Amino acid sequence: MSSGSTTAFRHLLNEIGSVDQVGIEERVAKYTTRSIKKASKVQGLKLAASMVDLTTLEGKDTPGKVASLCQKALAPHDGLDCPQVAAVCVYPSMVKHARRALGEDTAVRIASVATAFPSGQAPLRTRLAEVKAAVADGADEIDMVINRGAFLAGEFQEMQDEIAAVVQACGEATLKVILEVSELETYDKIRAASFLAMRVIRPGDFIKTSTGKTSLNATLGNNQVMIEAIRDFYLETGTPIAMKPAGGIRTAKQALQFLIAVKETLGDAWLNNTRYRFGASSLLNDLLRQLEKEKTGAYQAPYYFSEAAESY
Amino acid sequence: MPALTSEKKRPVPRSAGRPLPELIFGDLWEYDPAPETADPKLKPRYDLFIGGKFVAPSSGKYFDSINPANETKLTEIAQANAADVDAAYSAAQKGFAVWSKLPAKERAKYIYRLARLLQDRAREFAVAETMDGGKPIKESRDFDVPMAAAHFFYHAGWADKLEYVAPGRKVAPLGVVGQVIPWNFPLLMLAWKLAPALAMGNTIVIKPAETTSVTALKFAEIIQDAGFPPGVVNIVTGFGETGAAVMNHPTAVKVAFTGSTEVGKIIMRSLAGTDKKMTMELGGKAAHIVFDDAPLDQAVEGIVNGIFFNQGHVCCAGSRLLVHEPVANAVLAKLKTRIRTLRVGDPLDKNTDIGAINSKEQLTRIEKLVAAGVKEGADMFQPACKLPTKGYYFRPTVFSGVSMSHRIAREEIFGPVLSVLTFRTLDEAVEKANNTAYGLSAGVWTDKGSRILKMSTELKAGVVWANTYNKFDPTSPFGGYKESGFGREGGRQGLLDYCKLI
Repeated sequence: MSSGSTTAFRHLLNEIGSVDQVGIEERVAKYTTRSIKKASKVQGLKLAASMVDLTTLEGKDTPGKVASLCQKALAPHDGLDCPQVAAVCVYPSMVKHARRALGEDTAVRIASVATAFPSGQAPLRTRLAEVKAAVADGADEIDMVINRGAFLAGEFQEMQDEIAAVVQACGEATLKVILEVSELETYDKIRAASFLAMRVIRPGDFIKTSTGKTSLNATLGNNQVMIEAIRDFYLETGTPIAMKPAGGIRTAKQALQFLIAVKETLGDAWLNNTRYRFGASSLLNDLLRQLEKEKTGAYQAPYYFSEAAESY
Repeated sequence: MPALTSEKKRPVPRSAGRPLPELIFGDLWEYDPAPETADPKLKPRYDLFIGGKFVAPSSGKYFDSINPANETKLTEIAQANAADVDAAYSAAQKGFAVWSKLPAKERAKYIYRLARLLQDRAREFAVAETMDGGKPIKESRDFDVPMAAAHFFYHAGWADKLEYVAPGRKVAPLGVVGQVIPWNFPLLMLAWKLAPALAMGNTIVIKPAETTSVTALKFAEIIQDAGFPPGVVNIVTGFGETGAAVMNHPTAVKVAFTGSTEVGKIIMRSLAGTDKKMTMELGGKAAHIVFDDAPLDQAVEGIVNGIFFNQGHVCCAGSRLLVHEPVANAVLAKLKTRIRTLRVGDPLDKNTDIGAINSKEQLTRIEKLVAAGVKEGADMFQPACKLPTKGYYFRPTVFSGVSMSHRIAREEIFGPVLSVLTFRTLDEAVEKANNTAYGLSAGVWTDKGSRILKMSTELKAGVVWANTYNKFDPTSPFGGYKESGFGREGGRQGLLDYCKLI
């Protein structure tokens, strides 16, 4: 890495403060020792379900599969009083199919990854065109990836300008900025990228951990770095930014641990799906399975719960 | 893309009229009670443990052991008098003849057995420890009991390697040792005291604190189960007089004490002129120093762990926070936010962060010192958490604007009370940190390695933690400077305090 980028990072970290890896991992380990029982567990499970961005992002996605996903999003399971999920998350080409399946009059939002997801390696005009097309097809939310190359080289202005351009292309749509934490390597850089993104997005827009396409995705540690950045930014500017961990959260137990982190770091105002989301596919059925267990006292076999789409 | 920069919608800076943004830590999603339900298997009455058997006290007197979380009686504990202590020492003397002659590897087997039997009954012991002393179950479960077992494992490992403990010298056991332990970590302090003494081949008369004798007496059951020869470990319970009898007994060749500096001085006075060996682990008023380049959120976590761990009933608690001026406001703000999320209440609840104060007496002492802090003009902050109506509880408390002459900056409070001071230069930090009669521990938070090394040599403290706090390990010697005592516990140094060098 060039000395220029080192200087840029040093300046930024002096301004926003650094993160100690050992310390933050010790902190999040404490969340995993919290014990969530009975009514608070049911409430937490339902809250988590309402925060799910039910996702399918595969090359083999078809309109039929997306329709099936949308059906699951609207009615996760009979008889459990489980809320609808927050959104479905699909590729831009699938947005119109999702809109057809969900209809216009629905609380379930359509999120679309765009900006040459997951790599972001396309010319900016192509990426912006993709965003506009997705919005035109009916996307309520856009999940973009940052320019990691520019960020790691210390070209912060370029990275921020691109995010700002996407903000404009979004129009009314909510923006989620994916930092792709596994490519940023250190907690310091995750904090730095969070701040750079938060400074150019609007209140209520999201920062998001990952694409789910790399080896390491959302962890309690990454989540903590980002929600602490959100907290510090909010206390400094009054601007609330939302958060979305994505990838790797497969079990209800994990989801509750993330919610504990939110409750104890950001507080009650972030415990709803306008401020916090889970990017996940298999998580929903585990939440349902746990809700069923809380209701009946017995675990049901996985095949009692409909798959949102094949191969999840 | 330069054009876009100017069009960027930056968040609007807060104008003077708007209220400050605040975080809401309410009960939108409240955790349900999650009590640990394992049976502590308490007997209705505990006798003295002398010569491998439970024996009634000669006076026939018993006193109540109270659960500080709800002020109910847990069990009755025997009150030992001088005659009982005498009996314990003569049993220990008989035990020494057997124990010290055992081959070292045989001794090791017994000590390993203690460690494993304790692990087998870990949950039971954790619950008993929490009910007896008031500490949160998550601490007794995740720290006290496993760490106690670790001390036995570590010292069992030493037992057959003693010829390497002091290169070029041979070691021999001392004889019968007398030990008195405090109420803050009842089982762990028992392990710290017993393990090295046993590994070296000594036999023991030990007295737990009167408010926390239960786990020591439960541990006596483990000593029986492990098949120890009679008299190797003898446990006598009671109040201050019993402790004095244990410390002053002529049979004791060495005494080890952990407790307050005040009592330590009394013991040292009474033993002056005798040839007893002594180790003392006494009070502390540790400085926790945060420099401006420290990772602040993690430093705040360390500060919280440093002062609120075990309700602040920790001799090495980081009770004086020294913050570098440029970050003083930021640290204090973050600290207050963090403290609002601490959960104070039923120690048996798995989600409790701060449990009950150990005794009514200690609660009164904390209240008195806090009142002194308010009177002397320091700014007090306490979160608005609900406290249980019964039991001894105290809110986590932070005093800012404290100066070195305040009582709360000088006296050991031994409760969840933090005094915050500031400094400008490294030299000032060192001077303030060392301006105390104590010298047990200190903490330093900075991103600069060289600064850590400099601080660790300048600070007169037995332990200096860097970018962490309250970390313990059986291999690491622990002990103080100045009025925090002398002698070390843990590691090779700790073992050397329990042997003769030949």
